Amino acid sequence: MPLLYALRDDLGLHGPRFGCGLGQCGACTVHLDGRAVRSCVTPISSVGKKKIVTLEGLGTLEKLHPVQKAFIEEQAAQCGYCINGMIMEAAAFLASNKGPSEAQIKQALARNLCRCGTHLRIVRAVKRAAASV
Amino acid sequence: MLLTKPTRRHFLKGTGILIVSFSLPSLSTTAFAQSGTPASSGTKTVALDDVDAFLAIDPSGSVTLYSGKVDLGTGITTALTQIVAEELDVPLARIQVIEGDTALTPAQGKTWGSLSIQNGGVQIRQAAATARHALLQEAAKRLGVPVEDLIIDQGTVRSRSGAAQVTYGELIGGKTFSLKLDKEAPLKDPATYKIVGQPVPRVDIPGKMTGQFTYMQDFKLPGMLHGRVVRPTGIGSTLLSIDESSVKDVPGLVKVVRQGNFLGVVAESEWGAIRAAQKLKVSWSDWEGLPEQSQLWEHVRATKVNKDDVTSNVGSAEQTLQQAAKRISSTYNFAIHTHGSIGPSCAVAEIKEGKLTCWSSSQATHDLRLQLAAMLSMSDTDVRAIYVEGSGCYGRNGHEDAAADAVLLARAVGRPVRVQWMRADEHGWDPKGPPTLMDLQAGLDANGNVIAWYSQLYVPEGAIGNVKLVAAELAGLPHETGMVPGNVIQNTAIPYAFPNVRTVAHRLAETPLRPSWIRAPGRMQNTFCNESFMDELAAAVGADPLEFRLRYLNDPRGVELLKRLASLARWQGRSSPGQSSSDRSSSDRMAKRETGDVATGRGLTYVKYELARTYVGAVADVEVNRKSGEIHVKHFAVVQDCGQIINPDGVKNQVEGNVVQTVSRVLKEEVTFDRSRVTSLNWASYRILTFPEIPDVDVELIDRPTEKPWGAGEPSAAVVPSAISNAVFDAVGVRLRSVPFTPAKVLAAMQNS
Repeated sequence: MPLLYALRDDLGLHGPRFGCGLGQCGACTVHLDGRAVRSCVTPISSVGKKKIVTLEGLGTLEKLHPVQKAFIEEQAAQCGYCINGMIMEAAAFLASNKGPSEAQIKQALARNLCRCGTHLRIVRAVKRAAASV
Repeated sequence: MLLTKPTRRHFLKGTGILIVSFSLPSLSTTAFAQSGTPASSGTKTVALDDVDAFLAIDPSGSVTLYSGKVDLGTGITTALTQIVAEELDVPLARIQVIEGDTALTPAQGKTWGSLSIQNGGVQIRQAAATARHALLQEAAKRLGVPVEDLIIDQGTVRSRSGAAQVTYGELIGGKTFSLKLDKEAPLKDPATYKIVGQPVPRVDIPGKMTGQFTYMQDFKLPGMLHGRVVRPTGIGSTLLSIDESSVKDVPGLVKVVRQGNFLGVVAESEWGAIRAAQKLKVSWSDWEGLPEQSQLWEHVRATKVNKDDVTSNVGSAEQTLQQAAKRISSTYNFAIHTHGSIGPSCAVAEIKEGKLTCWSSSQATHDLRLQLAAMLSMSDTDVRAIYVEGSGCYGRNGHEDAAADAVLLARAVGRPVRVQWMRADEHGWDPKGPPTLMDLQAGLDANGNVIAWYSQLYVPEGAIGNVKLVAAELAGLPHETGMVPGNVIQNTAIPYAFPNVRTVAHRLAETPLRPSWIRAPGRMQNTFCNESFMDELAAAVGADPLEFRLRYLNDPRGVELLKRLASLARWQGRSSPGQSSSDRSSSDRMAKRETGDVATGRGLTYVKYELARTYVGAVADVEVNRKSGEIHVKHFAVVQDCGQIINPDGVKNQVEGNVVQTVSRVLKEEVTFDRSRVTSLNWASYRILTFPEIPDVDVELIDRPTEKPWGAGEPSAAVVPSAISNAVFDAVGVRLRSVPFTPAKVLAAMQNS
């Protein structure tokens, strides 16, 4: 069973979402030992003792992660269904890439799909977060 | 958990309906649905002429807005909250919103057509104005002062002169308004607005950024089972046989449900349902009823025309064409598109004691309720449909179909069932934006004046209504039979004052895939055809595309908009295609450059939505790679006038989104199919725009606080395709008349020129 179903159905988490089940859209992204992975195609058997962090674990309303804070400040969502993936991907990217260029940010998110067309705000939010992490 | 902890409960007096509300306005939209309230036999009014249908104020002064229009991710919850807060003079944080619940919210029509603010918001504003007026009258009576001496501040009415004051909560005293909505109730003067017109942050965003928001896809009921559908291998295939032994090892399998050609599986766990749907061995009949995709446009042209809609007729266009000094003819087409929601459609249904409750992300729960009742031959009074926000839909996607699937599965197993479509279900079975074909002809006189315009559109018949439910059709249960592509003949008529104009829509008896409205239905495709052809005419007479449009435009708001656009985009008058750097300005974005194989160009376009409301103009800057045929849209400048703006940041978000989504449609998107089925079943075979490919977008909004608020969710999608086509022509001198503008089409066009 893919990790996604354990997180959503067994643990009741809402952050990681089902989008394609094929690793194509990024809506299901979580961190495994700090690395952004697609939980819809990650067998639960492969997780072992690795540390899993979901959107809920990244930060809360009371204690926002800088990337979440930047997304709120930039109002970087429309329906927001993809945003879990955007934030988780961006947080993992920024953790190991300081002061990225706009082109690097876009490349880092190249495998995350958004349909509402919120891309411009998402890029602005990641830039804003990059300045604060 | 944060979301599920109610902080306030109250009964609507005399209704028996328990309203559960939450302290965080950011999370309130889905709160009611979240509470899992069953189908109600309560009697809260939902009548459109009752103030109580829209508004309730509890003794603490907390306001509940009941909206028939729902937030599809566009931010209207926030905008409607602003309208109510402004008109009632209460703080934003004191307002909660319940949307799209057939037992609680008025039937304000489908959430479509960029009408949520324009129609829905205006109704809600009038309800609030009626309430405000009544509250003032009551306060005057209680305080013993004339209404003229009263002011309202944060939900408290006080005398200007004295210390007397009374709160809304005290005035309403736990009662309902019991008032008819007064269409003449005085509205606040927009000059005094403090909340409407402000970029108020969206109430839903913090919850969405932290995993606290409950989407439809997150919604659960106690004892709920999980379902998945198994669709036919050909759209019209019939189910021959099922081998149930193929799934006997799936843990927690509850039932394989078959009714006619409707097939689904129900299991205790979601993964169990997915495994069962994957493993179930099914035999379907062969079916090859679709046309060859390579012959799609010939097929469209050969399809029987059931009727003609003449959308405009001035002078005698056809006759004048014959006498024109020069005639220009072109044919445009726009491929079949999917909605492309990132989250596949999802719904939960429960049938208990003869009553059906269905939670879904339907754009139209009041209509869905009737459809579900008809499907099951139930009384509609025994059906309640409740909206829960899901993944964005951009028109009528699969949300309603998933609802019908859940209903059939829930009925079969006698327990609540959640159905979420798999990716292939969504790409394969959501209804599609139909193929659009338009022939255009124009006549010019010897001086290069346009003297005639004649267009013929080929689109499926049908307009507004309910799209038939897949499950009902497959199961052989009652369902609609007609096509419902949306009002796709809008914006066939043109905004330009030519002496002879005839625009006709040939309404076709059929179309290959079940049609529905996709965002800006028809308006997007027809504006692509019209505004690209307009650019052809400008080029034919060597005119600057902007000056050429202004020549024929006698609408002051449209003229002002185009002038603002020229300024925003730093438009330099010239004809297309650009010839050399000498006829360009020195500005970087304007400069005509060829770098290696890459040519740059810019195109301009304009729309007055439905010729009746929101104005949009756009300038696109593109790069065209002559060698690869690839187009990169670098930049869009957009000016929009949608009248009174409720939330400028919300409108800007919609415009940015429309540009990016429609650039994706124009450059990449096309549903593919073989003779049996859709074959573009995932994001590898139906590609959409990715981050490295997005344009920069500059948006300028013209706010007109004293005008009516018009729609903003769709109109800016309409200008994108022609802006790109015109920019490509400017860059490389070839006219792209077929969406999507794939590299292969670009290369072919350049070879033929």
